[in-house]
Amino acid sequence: MATENANKILAPGTAAPDFSLHSTPDQLVSLSDFRGAPLIVAFYPADWSPVCGDQMALYNEVLPEFHKFKAAIVGISVDGAWCHDAFAQNRKLHFPLLADFEPKGAVARKYGAYRDQEGVCERALFVIDPKGTIAWSYLSPVGVNPGADGILEALETLASKK
Amino acid sequence: MSPSAKLKPPVGANDHVQGAPKAPVTIVEYGDYECPYCGEAYPVTKALQKRLGDKLRFVFRNFPLAEAHPHAEHAAEAAEAAGAQGKFWEMHDMLYENQDALEDEDLVRYAKALRLDVPRFVKEMEAHTYAERVREDFSSGVRSGVNGTPTFFINGARHDGPFDLESLLAAIEEAA
Repeated sequence: MATENANKILAPGTAAPDFSLHSTPDQLVSLSDFRGAPLIVAFYPADWSPVCGDQMALYNEVLPEFHKFKAAIVGISVDGAWCHDAFAQNRKLHFPLLADFEPKGAVARKYGAYRDQEGVCERALFVIDPKGTIAWSYLSPVGVNPGADGILEALETLASKK
Repeated sequence: MSPSAKLKPPVGANDHVQGAPKAPVTIVEYGDYECPYCGEAYPVTKALQKRLGDKLRFVFRNFPLAEAHPHAEHAAEAAEAAGAQGKFWEMHDMLYENQDALEDEDLVRYAKALRLDVPRFVKEMEAHTYAERVREDFSSGVRSGVNGTPTFFINGARHDGPFDLESLLAAIEEAA
């Protein structure tokens, strides 16, 4: 599963491709909004995964740890803005979910994080530095929630380079 | 990360431990008292302990998903408050056996039932004396690659499979 795609996501050192996506039906969020601080971009296959500690719910709990590094986080999937809205309210998420909805998966493709066969995003993580360069990336097997340890280590490394 | 997720820090003097200190198998559970999946895992951990006897050391660390489970944080603090009076596991069991009654007054009721020093318990709950301890467990879980609740570590390595009795026994066999 992971191995066939293991090398295709954008690697550290690459300039993060810009994006501008809906976080709510009337609000757009762009990569450039986050310049000056680290940004975590978490691509994931779909809203409404049927478990308690799903990936987005976990990040929601870990937000205070991310904020220690002044880092923001966005989740990206191909679900539409209304779907994200309902999901975020249901799980009480305190960070934006972006809709890579039209053209479908266009941003995920730019990051090498799109699964053509299923038509959904990979479970792929990126930490983007304050200047907009990818500092760390990780492709998880799509069925495994990657947790937050890798993200925190990447943020720590980034902070120590300053 | 995921395939190599390792317990950090290892089991130490601060942990709540059941079983023989030198048992060949150590299972660490990161759990949330309000999580229904942890509730399902509770009788499984009891059965494991019964089955493996002194071959197993069992450790519980707090991982309250407080946004999803509004009672989880206080419940975790209550178990720690009971722990400060030498009755961590009694409270741990009480909470898992009463997952649908975790309001603050229920917690006090359990403290009474366990014959704790109730005024001390109430005082420490109000002061959130053990909130930091709970947060330390949570942070260690995040650093160890906990990705939901419950997450089990068998001899320090994250167990990614199902957590029914047979699956855990098989994983333990493989690790031992």
